[in-house]
Amino acid sequence: MFRNVKRAFRRSDQEVLALDDVSFEVGEKEFVAIVGPSGCGKTTLLRMAAGLDFPSAGSVLVGAHEVAGPGPDRAVVFQQFALFPWKTVEENIGFGLRCRGTPSDARAAIVARYVELMGLQGYERAYPQQLSGGMQQRVAIARSYALDPDVLLMDEPFGALDAQTRVVMQEELIKLCRVNPRTALFITHSVEEAVYLADRVVVMTRSPGRIREILDIASVRRREAWEKLEHVEEVMDLESFVHLRTRIWRMLREQQEGAAVPGVPAQPA
Amino acid sequence: MAQLVASRRPGRGIPSAPELAALSVAGLLLFFAAWYGVAASGWVPSRFLPGPQVIAEMIDRLAQQPYAGYTIQVHTLASLKRFALGFGLAAALGVPLGLLMGWYRWLDDLVTPLFEAVRFVAPIAWVPFAALWFGTGIGGPILIIFSGAFPPCVINAYRGARQVDKVLVEAAQTLGAGGLRAIGEVLVPAALPSIVAGLRVSAGLGWQSLIGAELIVVSSGVGYLMVQGQTSLQTPIVMSAMVAIGVIGFVIDVALRALERAVRRSWGDQG
Repeated sequence: MFRNVKRAFRRSDQEVLALDDVSFEVGEKEFVAIVGPSGCGKTTLLRMAAGLDFPSAGSVLVGAHEVAGPGPDRAVVFQQFALFPWKTVEENIGFGLRCRGTPSDARAAIVARYVELMGLQGYERAYPQQLSGGMQQRVAIARSYALDPDVLLMDEPFGALDAQTRVVMQEELIKLCRVNPRTALFITHSVEEAVYLADRVVVMTRSPGRIREILDIASVRRREAWEKLEHVEEVMDLESFVHLRTRIWRMLREQQEGAAVPGVPAQPA
Repeated sequence: MAQLVASRRPGRGIPSAPELAALSVAGLLLFFAAWYGVAASGWVPSRFLPGPQVIAEMIDRLAQQPYAGYTIQVHTLASLKRFALGFGLAAALGVPLGLLMGWYRWLDDLVTPLFEAVRFVAPIAWVPFAALWFGTGIGGPILIIFSGAFPPCVINAYRGARQVDKVLVEAAQTLGAGGLRAIGEVLVPAALPSIVAGLRVSAGLGWQSLIGAELIVVSSGVGYLMVQGQTSLQTPIVMSAMVAIGVIGFVIDVALRALERAVRRSWGDQG
């Protein structure tokens, strides 16, 4: 259960309003994606949920508790993978379990399960830099899943991958979430990715970061039976998908034109 | 990577490993030949520049008959023991201090100004205090080696800690690692290449400082041997001590380079 109330947030040095009065909730086992232009504060939102950043006003709640710091109940998948380069694939996946104090035989069993689930067999003893970007991100996802977290926080996890690998990873993530549903918050630049993966899509605006609209994708997905189609491009061809995508694009475009005011400070994402 | 190197090997430009080794040997031979030539020609009095064969004989003699109290092996061991203690102490204190300075901002602010001033005082400048505080005991030379070896340990560990990718630390925290584990399993390994590079520099400076210390404050060791040879105008003894210093410094560096390679391998670096 992940209840999330977010509000005004100020950047300390310049008092720039990065996020203004943002409130939304992610339901239990629900997959919510946030899309928006660079600098709309979507990464900041995710970091606050992870406990790596804190709101200047308002509160971020996970379950009934306010987030006080990072913890293994909320696993984070970073865009840059953030694997430990001096640890093997196995050691990376098992790291969180070791922190938790899981006995080594139980740990080995869990690691083996996620190695298999993410298709990493044969690479258990490889080091991250010997793997391709796609494989590295599989390791990072396995490392997060191995902790069996309540909440999965993904910050543009496929942003550093090439287009084809990205599509494969999207399909894998959908499968993984079907087998193993999780409460998930997913940050992305890609409208297609958001619509394809998420139950709901939060569209954000920039300067200050605000919620423009929250779209319900899950009901459309069920009605139009997207699940029956195996591949991303088949889903993306459906009229219902195109319609949603166009709607979001229109929202993003209209704010881009609206925000073309000089003197609006640019902020890092 | 392997194919790349292999495909280049037949061409010009990058010499192979045996070729490089042959070059090193050739360089040494050339040096000794020139040395021998100049010494044998009689241009320079042999008291000023004894030939390499004289030095070789002298080393052999010093190995069998004690000079300045001990044989050259005993002098060398005495120096190495002081070096190991001083260098070990510098590494044991300097590396953790540097790491923690990189990790905790307040410690950085607290220590850095003092450290930045003290590190410019050359090790040899501590000699009067080494003599004053420790007399001829082992503390004096250790203080001097320490003052040479400590700064590079601190600086490199500090740099290594500062350059750790923040996202790795955050990843460890979100995976449930506490402060100690984050330091032990993320900070230290991430900074390790830099730490080892620092140890190499530090060992070199420490060894040099030690010889300086032994010229003054002790009654054994290679530096002492050298100064005794000098006072009795025995150039072959001075040069024998110089050879011993060079060879041992070289061996220390080779050992630390091997350590560096091992660290890189444990990072999964195949190159």
